[in-house]
Amino acid sequence: MSLRIVVTVKYVPDATGDRHFADDLTVDRDDVDGLLSELDEYAVEQALQIAEDADDAEITVLTVGPEDAKDALRKALSMGADKAIHVEDDDLHGTDAIGTSLVLAKAIEKAGYDLVISGMASTDGTMGVVPALLAERLGVPQVTLLSEVSVEDGVVKGRRDGDAASEQLQASLPAVVSVTDQSGEARYPSFKGIMAAKKKPVQSWDLSDLDLEAEEVGLEGAWTAVDSAAERPARTAGTIVKDEGEGGKQLAEFLAGQKFI
Amino acid sequence: MAEALVYVDHVDGAVRKPTLELLTLARRIGEPVAVALGAGAADTAAALAEHGAVKVLTHDAAEYADYLVVPKVDALQAAVAAVSPAAVLVPSSAEGKEIAARLALRIGSGIITDAVDLEAGDEGPVATQSVFAASFTTKSRVSKGTPVITVKPNSAAVEAAPAAGAVEALDVTFSAQATGTKVTGRTPRESTGRPELTEAAIVVSGGRGVNGAENFALIESLADSLGAAVGASRAAVDAGWYPHTNQVGQTGKSVSPQLYIASGISGAIQHRAGMQTSKTIVAINKDAEAPIFDLVDYGVVGDLFDVVPQLTEEIKVRKG
Repeated sequence: MSLRIVVTVKYVPDATGDRHFADDLTVDRDDVDGLLSELDEYAVEQALQIAEDADDAEITVLTVGPEDAKDALRKALSMGADKAIHVEDDDLHGTDAIGTSLVLAKAIEKAGYDLVISGMASTDGTMGVVPALLAERLGVPQVTLLSEVSVEDGVVKGRRDGDAASEQLQASLPAVVSVTDQSGEARYPSFKGIMAAKKKPVQSWDLSDLDLEAEEVGLEGAWTAVDSAAERPARTAGTIVKDEGEGGKQLAEFLAGQKFI
Repeated sequence: MAEALVYVDHVDGAVRKPTLELLTLARRIGEPVAVALGAGAADTAAALAEHGAVKVLTHDAAEYADYLVVPKVDALQAAVAAVSPAAVLVPSSAEGKEIAARLALRIGSGIITDAVDLEAGDEGPVATQSVFAASFTTKSRVSKGTPVITVKPNSAAVEAAPAAGAVEALDVTFSAQATGTKVTGRTPRESTGRPELTEAAIVVSGGRGVNGAENFALIESLADSLGAAVGASRAAVDAGWYPHTNQVGQTGKSVSPQLYIASGISGAIQHRAGMQTSKTIVAINKDAEAPIFDLVDYGVVGDLFDVVPQLTEEIKVRKG
């Protein structure tokens, strides 16, 4: 029996670009180039490694997002995933984390799964709550924030490095896993991988395919509301000195003036 | 008056500072009722009472240590049912956010994470967040259910506000999911004797310019002269010079101390995301063009191997 792995990925505005909000206070996705969220590359990488170690495995990458989000799926396919699912619907605009987890959970159940792998957080919203929400919705164990993960005989094991302690975790499949950027460098797509990705199947689903109603998602269906967004005022220009041999002492003088010493 | 539920982060009964900060914010929303779970839960009462908790709901069971996250969600859900609070506040740790998210979903409520401020509003608590690598500030609220809000460390001052802090046993029934993920081993982090990175009033960080694990001793000496926590940029962590637990930035910790000292850090967006909200920012860097200098209150263009030891020495002299 094949190990069915679903990797959830997000298409995000490039963090090195000039990110801002649209008029309706959702993330502006038009004016900044998008890409596969860097932290999701680690999830794809671990899925590939788990699949390589398994006798038989199939990796499906899943995203919820606008038309351009296909770019994120292509990237994951070119890294080596087998197929992709794109949930796309105009009514999804403005969906919050709770709503996103609903759509993802429905799609994961429809696709069929033994293991869900997510990144630790998106690089735009940065909440880091979707994996826990997926576990709650799917009613399966959450084995999250792993810097090391392995799957054997229907059991997932991993190491979670927390602030107070490093924990060894274990759960039976099916389960939801999330991995950190410490889990291992993500591979670059090879030329062969990029060419192969063009032939890999990408399914498109809309809300009706998932038996979801428009009012359950989107801005209207969100359980949170953003009232305002203001650009942080630029920090006032500070004093810059060149070290001519007294730089450390000058800095100490500044810190003393600010009562830090 | 309405009640505000506060999830207590503690280590064997010792309450961590972010929870005391939460009590300050909770008092703006309602009467704080604290929920403390696991070994030493009842020992938290004195500190919580001193900072405004009118009640402390406690429960201890082996499940809290033996299984991941879900037992705590079950308990917090029981507390919500018992208290019917106006809001639930949880410290914004990795685990805190996971607990809060699952709780929110279960009780049919919206969730806001990583608030940096909180005030009462006509339509419920209004949370301030710093987003897009702290380049924007948003104000948000939960529009459905009982607001569940996680708050970052250093978002409020710890204030003494003596209250009853009456300890009450919380009745908890664990769900079928509670034992899904077993914790089979736990290695506590060795204490460095320095403050916790996210809680520290002063953070001293080193980056690529530190140029080697052994040179981090310079950064540590400076940190110790100020009683500060030590941070590291992603470049330094990726190079293996300093542990990931100390990484400041988008994929590490986000800090907001009174003073942030960046040594040999260029200030890439990845790093700025984790420290831009610091009150006072100081940088030492050889490259006068480094973007970190756009953020600083005071910057020294120079070799950190000259400037940092001199600074450390001068601080020691001034402190006597």
